[in-house]
Amino acid sequence: MTNVTHLRFEIVRTVRNRTFLGVTLALPLVLFYAVAWGQRHATFDGISFPLYFMTAMAVYGAMFAAVSPGSRVARDRSGGWIRQLRITPLRARTDVAAKVLTAYLVALPSLALLYLAGVSLGVRLDGTQWLEMTGLLLAGLAPFVVLGIAGGYLVQTDALGPAIGGVVVLFALVGGVYGFQLATSGPMFEVMKAVPSYWLVQAGKTALGGGTWPAQGWIVIAAWTAALIPVAALAYRRAAVRA
Amino acid sequence: MSNGNVPAGGVVLSRLSKSYGQVRAVASIDLAIAPGETVALLGPNGAGKTTTIDMVLGLARPDAGTVSVFGEPPAAAVRAGWVGGMLQTGSPLEHLKVRELVALMASYYPHPLPVADVLRLTGAAQFAGQPTTKLSGGQAQRVRFAAALVGDPDLRAVAGRGKTVLFATHYLEEADAYADRIVLIARGRVIADGPATEIKARAGARAIRVTLPGTDTALLGALPGVVSAERHGDAVLLSCSDSDAALRGLLGSFPGARDIEVRGGSLEEAFLELTAGAETAGASTGGEPR
Repeated sequence: MTNVTHLRFEIVRTVRNRTFLGVTLALPLVLFYAVAWGQRHATFDGISFPLYFMTAMAVYGAMFAAVSPGSRVARDRSGGWIRQLRITPLRARTDVAAKVLTAYLVALPSLALLYLAGVSLGVRLDGTQWLEMTGLLLAGLAPFVVLGIAGGYLVQTDALGPAIGGVVVLFALVGGVYGFQLATSGPMFEVMKAVPSYWLVQAGKTALGGGTWPAQGWIVIAAWTAALIPVAALAYRRAAVRA
Repeated sequence: MSNGNVPAGGVVLSRLSKSYGQVRAVASIDLAIAPGETVALLGPNGAGKTTTIDMVLGLARPDAGTVSVFGEPPAAAVRAGWVGGMLQTGSPLEHLKVRELVALMASYYPHPLPVADVLRLTGAAQFAGQPTTKLSGGQAQRVRFAAALVGDPDLRAVAGRGKTVLFATHYLEEADAYADRIVLIARGRVIADGPATEIKARAGARAIRVTLPGTDTALLGALPGVVSAERHGDAVLLSCSDSDAALRGLLGSFPGARDIEVRGGSLEEAFLELTAGAETAGASTGGEPR
């Protein structure tokens, strides 16, 4: 069940929020150039540093884009719009589907800009590699999209920014998104491999070798997504009955 | 289900109750609204109006009792597009214009009215291009009305004319202006239910409190403009339909009357008078958590 008008206005509301869009798209770009410019001839972990860091910053930007519907959910909730929607025939899943699509529509240009930035510093991949990397990144964003929506239903508007931002930064840190790994072996490394952001970072490397994640990557992403969906559903029901 | 099924049976609330923690928002409400009727739930803040409407709309689950909206539970009636309304608490949507908000609401319903017509009818057309966050109180009210109207629902939870309408207000004037029927609610119960004119006379009445020991209350009750007289020790409480006439009669016939106090005007006080005796003085009034 879709509602084109609903989806269209979700996108319109996102695009008209210039500050949000500007920061979401520009911040990872700025970080990328700031760090990768000086090391554009270096290699890291067997691959060129600009490629490695492009993937990292693409992941960083896309993670923030993915959780972004959460802030809209929180504002709609505090403003009473969620309750208003509840007395229209619009199904909750249609509303959530529109938010998921919107999240990806913000994540895609964010990725595209980082790819262009990577190319400008000499990153060269063939068409299959670009596509495989993008596919893996989009799949790996799923738990973050759900996390953002759940957060929007659970957390008060003024606390949501720091809460969601903090969680994303934590995931980025543990997953090795900032360009360094907390560990390369031992129990900490096992923890890293159990967070979805680690697999987002691996997407670039994996694609470079021509291929997909090992089974563990898919299992981690699927498990996080499956675990977060009921949390979001519960949060939605709680928010809608008495907001 | 579609809007094509003609809803029948109106809206029926039976033995509805709802508490929030220790607060009994709705004690027990029975109410039947015929299709096409316009009903105002009138009561002071905390009377249980909002909670009652929330249960009719499926926004709150009753602790006990049932709600039937055109023969269906609220959730099914909402999904079928029979129910509409713009909640008072609903703030405008950021980054959307008035026209866009009304079009968005229209898109949720199976048989909406043309957006342009609704904007014109409600007087919202002049500011249709303005952001919904930059409206005056009156403009916002028009937008709310347009948003409630555009889905062409069979039950509207907003003041208006034509279909079955149920709305809550604590203004007697508003209830009287829009509703055919007023249901007075206090402390989560229906305390009066009838045609708007009749309820207006009762709720709008004033009361005279006078210290007058040893006088027959029957004599006082017979004064012009007095509906009933009640004795509380030395004091007598006269419920009046015309407090001016009652006051003249009182002073003319009972020169011993002193400490005269004319009360009323505020609906809250009228309710307290109407409900006095129904519960003990220490009883708490219901709250409406938001």
